[in-house]
Amino acid sequence: MVMDAPKTIEFPVIETRALTMRYGDRLIQKNLNFKVNQGDIFVIMGGSGCGKSTLLKHLIGLNSPAEGDIVYNGESYISADEQSRQQMRQRWGITFQSGALFSDMTLAENVALPLRHAGAHRSEIRDIVHYKLSLVGLGGYEDYFPSQISGGMCKRAGLARAIALDPEILFFDEPSAGLDPLSARRLDDLILHLRDSIGTTVVIVTHELASMFAIASNGIFLDAVTKTALDHGDPNWLKEHSREAIVRSFLARGETEGSQL
Amino acid sequence: MDTDFLIDFSDLNAPVVYLAGAWVTGKQLPEVRIIQEAICTCINTVFLVPGDNFEWDSRLLAFILAAERLCQEHQKKLDISAFPESVQQLYDLAKAVPPNISSPEESHNHWTFLKSFWVGAIETLGFIGEMCIAVGRLFAGRSHMRAVDLLFCLNQAGPKALGILSLLSVLVGMILAYLGMIQLSQFGAEVYVANLVALGMVREMGSLMTAVIMAGRTGAAWASELGAMQVNEEVDALKTMGIRPMDFLVMPRLLAMAIAMPLLSAYSFILGMIGGGVMTTGMEMTLRMYLHQLLQSFSPGDVLAGCFKGFIFGLLIVLAGCQSGMNCRGSSAAVGEATTRAVVQAIVYFVIADAALNLMFYKLGI
Repeated sequence: MVMDAPKTIEFPVIETRALTMRYGDRLIQKNLNFKVNQGDIFVIMGGSGCGKSTLLKHLIGLNSPAEGDIVYNGESYISADEQSRQQMRQRWGITFQSGALFSDMTLAENVALPLRHAGAHRSEIRDIVHYKLSLVGLGGYEDYFPSQISGGMCKRAGLARAIALDPEILFFDEPSAGLDPLSARRLDDLILHLRDSIGTTVVIVTHELASMFAIASNGIFLDAVTKTALDHGDPNWLKEHSREAIVRSFLARGETEGSQL
Repeated sequence: MDTDFLIDFSDLNAPVVYLAGAWVTGKQLPEVRIIQEAICTCINTVFLVPGDNFEWDSRLLAFILAAERLCQEHQKKLDISAFPESVQQLYDLAKAVPPNISSPEESHNHWTFLKSFWVGAIETLGFIGEMCIAVGRLFAGRSHMRAVDLLFCLNQAGPKALGILSLLSVLVGMILAYLGMIQLSQFGAEVYVANLVALGMVREMGSLMTAVIMAGRTGAAWASELGAMQVNEEVDALKTMGIRPMDFLVMPRLLAMAIAMPLLSAYSFILGMIGGGVMTTGMEMTLRMYLHQLLQSFSPGDVLAGCFKGFIFGLLIVLAGCQSGMNCRGSSAAVGEATTRAVVQAIVYFVIADAALNLMFYKLGI
């Protein structure tokens, strides 16, 4: 994918239509309608327990929605057959909250797994693995097992695995939770670089305000009480101009006039 | 008692409760019910006031909150403005968010046990179906299994279990021989001890003991391993990479067990017979007699039947272990539960399968 070749974008990369999510009988969120455009860094915001991670699980196809549709590049995921779903999934990279590295494999094997599964050649796998690990600052850690490195490094290795196949969409579940401020900052920079250099669209679940303001260009705010989206838009803009007091207060850490979380 | 309280009813409309002394944890303190009377008599407000030598910690605040709840029940108010500011701040903090009034979800179904049993049975059948499809994919060459995983699992299921298996098989052989010796010598039929040991080990005890050991050792290990992977989102990660967990995680274990269990069973037969031999020659038989009788007492068909039993038990270990591991949801407690369930289920399966197989062999005349 080349960024400077002007490309007419007919469809948003991700679009949800009246998405309703449930666990059994329990309603999580209803009637979500939002679009994520090419090159967006889209952040899913909201208080604890409002269904941010659940929304992410729906977007990456681990859970299926109770109602509504999720559309990728104009193609519905819900009504697609297994083969086209597989093709869509191959264009995504996902990093999980704890990294979710396979503990019986070294970092190199972890990163190599999606490559091997996609049928890459043995010799190129080694070079790509080294390159991807270097990108996240873990060059030279190829032969370490996940138990031998720190939690933050596990997260970065998870990112290396997620970007192994140069995904078009990169999903993050709480990327900076549990990282020290410097590592969190480095991760933010990395996300921006990936977006700027290869045009990756990024979807992030987070409640880390600092990184939200630093990188996000669009977002959605989920509310646990009304069980639907309260507002959409760039967090920097929402902070000042959201029509919902809860959203402004959330983004200002409750320091706005008279509002309480 | 260091603490004291006093209720001043001088103004019946607004009784004052004095809390004197050390209201701290570990002291014998009066229960909140003692101010019930004050609450009931007052018109709308009860005053709590610190008395002489007043000391406090969390215990006091617990008392105040309990008193406040009591007041609320009687639609009265509680005034604590006479307490130090820090007490009031903590009190305000505790009251800042109104308590949740709903209770955790409970199922109101009267047939919960039967229903969960039914759901479990359906899930198990589903899992068996998925395993069959995965085996089909394996033979069609479209599986995502890695050979290196198979070798790894085979190592876990085979060589590493040999030590404990040897010990138990020898002991079971000796026990069989000992029991037989005591009983058969009453009829002067000691020589048939060899038959008892051979048939007992080959047709029944060998594969069953092997299966129980492997369920407790390897089945439980796999259940907790898969459970931890599930909890740690590793299984989700596999799915999102487009790799089927059934192929990648369950198939190597199934194949490893299917290969290892018949071999381990056969190994257990041999060691059991050796154990029996040691016991009988130690009592009143010669080794020669034992061996002579032993080799006549079972046919290759018996050995095959025993190994087949081991094979079936192996599949059941994987079914119980992998299913409870893959169904593990949520927390680390769930991993422990999955492990327990894996072993218990496997042993229940063995007994049922053993009965069914014996009946089948009997009907088929094997």
